[in-house]
Amino acid sequence: MSAWGARELTVTYGDTVALSSVSVDVREGEVLAVVGGDGAGKTTLLRALAGAVPASAGAVDAPSLSSIGFMPTAAGVWRDLSVDQNIDFVASAQGVTGATLAERREQLLADTGLEGATKRLAGQLSGGMRQKLAFALAMIHRPPMLILDEPSTGVDPVSRVDLWRMISQAAVDGAAIIMATTYLDEAERASRVLVLDGGEVLLAGTPADVMANVPGHVADAVGTPDRARSWRRGSQFKTWSPDEPTDGAARADDLEDAVIAATLAKETSNA
Amino acid sequence: MKAMIQKEFRELRRDKRTMAMLIALPILLLVIFGYAANFTIDDISTRVVGPGSEQVTAQLPDLFEVDADAAAADDDADGDTQTALDLVRDNKADVVIDTTTTPPTAYLDGSSLFSAQTAKGALAQMPDGAVTIDVLYNPDLTTAWVMVPALIGLILTFIGTIITSIGLVRERQNGTLEQLAVMPLKPSDVIVGKIAPYFILAALDMIIVTLLGVWIFDVPFNGNVALFGVGGAIFLFVVLGLGVLISTASQTQAQAIQVAMMILLPQILLSGFIFPLSAMPAAISWIGYILPLTYWVNISQGILLRGADLASLWPSFAVLAVMAVVIFTAAVLRFRRDLAPSSRRKSQKSSKAGK
Repeated sequence: MSAWGARELTVTYGDTVALSSVSVDVREGEVLAVVGGDGAGKTTLLRALAGAVPASAGAVDAPSLSSIGFMPTAAGVWRDLSVDQNIDFVASAQGVTGATLAERREQLLADTGLEGATKRLAGQLSGGMRQKLAFALAMIHRPPMLILDEPSTGVDPVSRVDLWRMISQAAVDGAAIIMATTYLDEAERASRVLVLDGGEVLLAGTPADVMANVPGHVADAVGTPDRARSWRRGSQFKTWSPDEPTDGAARADDLEDAVIAATLAKETSNA
Repeated sequence: MKAMIQKEFRELRRDKRTMAMLIALPILLLVIFGYAANFTIDDISTRVVGPGSEQVTAQLPDLFEVDADAAAADDDADGDTQTALDLVRDNKADVVIDTTTTPPTAYLDGSSLFSAQTAKGALAQMPDGAVTIDVLYNPDLTTAWVMVPALIGLILTFIGTIITSIGLVRERQNGTLEQLAVMPLKPSDVIVGKIAPYFILAALDMIIVTLLGVWIFDVPFNGNVALFGVGGAIFLFVVLGLGVLISTASQTQAQAIQVAMMILLPQILLSGFIFPLSAMPAAISWIGYILPLTYWVNISQGILLRGADLASLWPSFAVLAVMAVVIFTAAVLRFRRDLAPSSRRKSQKSSKAGK
């Protein structure tokens, strides 16, 4: 199984270090979810892998541009072109023509549910439809590597399900997929997770590994919680403790708790 | 309300382009309209050709500035009517007086509208029979004949800077520039593909406006069409380059329009298009000489009205060509930088080698 990715990658914008010595593998047939708060470095990592920002140090190991499907944060569709014209343009740039294009267009339109909107301008599509079009554009040449920057942000739950179905199918078909997301329930469905914070790797591994490797443990808050170490999940408060869990209890119940706990642990160690 | 006012001031302070417009524009307009907005010509460049030029020169009102050095260099005293006509055509002077005729004939360059109007008025004040006036290239001193050739350049500038920069910034604003950057397209393909439509549309506009000018306003087309086309193409590269440069320095279409307006406005006011450069103080007119539209006005009016050829227009062609190379190259390099970070090719290459 071949893998692309980055080794000890550092990216700086002027004096700001956006990524600091980040290493990551993106493997064929897997979805790697990159999670982290605002300014964590998710987009910078993806853009560096796509070659859109230069590495200040370290190395990027990525296929040629013709083997990458990229979906930027802002969807990256041409709003003044129709759905069909968007597909025509990107297919032409990717060298997909003739019968191959016809077959892929039909399949992608069916998968995205955009068959009835082929003549509509991309700018007139709903947010979810536009994201699905952007995914279709990234997939038109069936690239071995897919780089998706928050593909489901701002998308309704039904469209998120559709997008995930397509992303999973691409992975099943052998694509190496790296996607940034702010939805940790989504990240939990990924093969592996990379948690970034302030441009550094906080945790990495399968979702189960990440949850198992949280420093300390997360528990339901009892009584008046310590505000600095507590957060609300639905009607319940959770609290993080640096102490090891007792009686073999789980360190975190889910990925969201794990990421918050890891972030608090880092803040505590830096304090 | 206090909070609202405070917020607005804070936002304005951080919006450097708007601040520049708020501060620089009033100063620019004050300077231009205070010093440059002047239709009154105080000096008219003049040559006297033929024998007895000294006596004729002595009779001329002070307004007429006879260039003695140029006259000596070109042996004006030995010249004839054809010499006089050639000097006007080649824009060597706004007024050329031919002393080989009786009485002497003053040839006025009608393409220099304000100079010709002033010269005509001043010569008419001379005693009867002192000089015969012949206005060349624009006998009725029609304003439209002078404005239309310059207007072609203004339209090209508008398309080249504002429309092109808006089109390019739209890609950045919609996130599609990033998409283009990671598609397997050569930066040159993207740049040419983005600019070519604007070049073609601007060229079409140039043809349409020229034809309409000739058809509706009877503007003569006395020169070489091909030379006019070449001049237009060079000028287009300059203004398209400016448009691309603006786009690389703008994040939004509103920013691009602001910057483009700050480039467009001095061209309208200081290129000699409306206010004659010769009527401006030197401290202001030098600005006009670094603006591309100034040289286009020379070329366009020269070819259309005077039928001037490359031999006389080459200085304007040369300046525009240098501007085109410098500005367009800088623009393409900056745009290319946005599309392909310098180290990308290296890392992509090494990774491909590794696969």
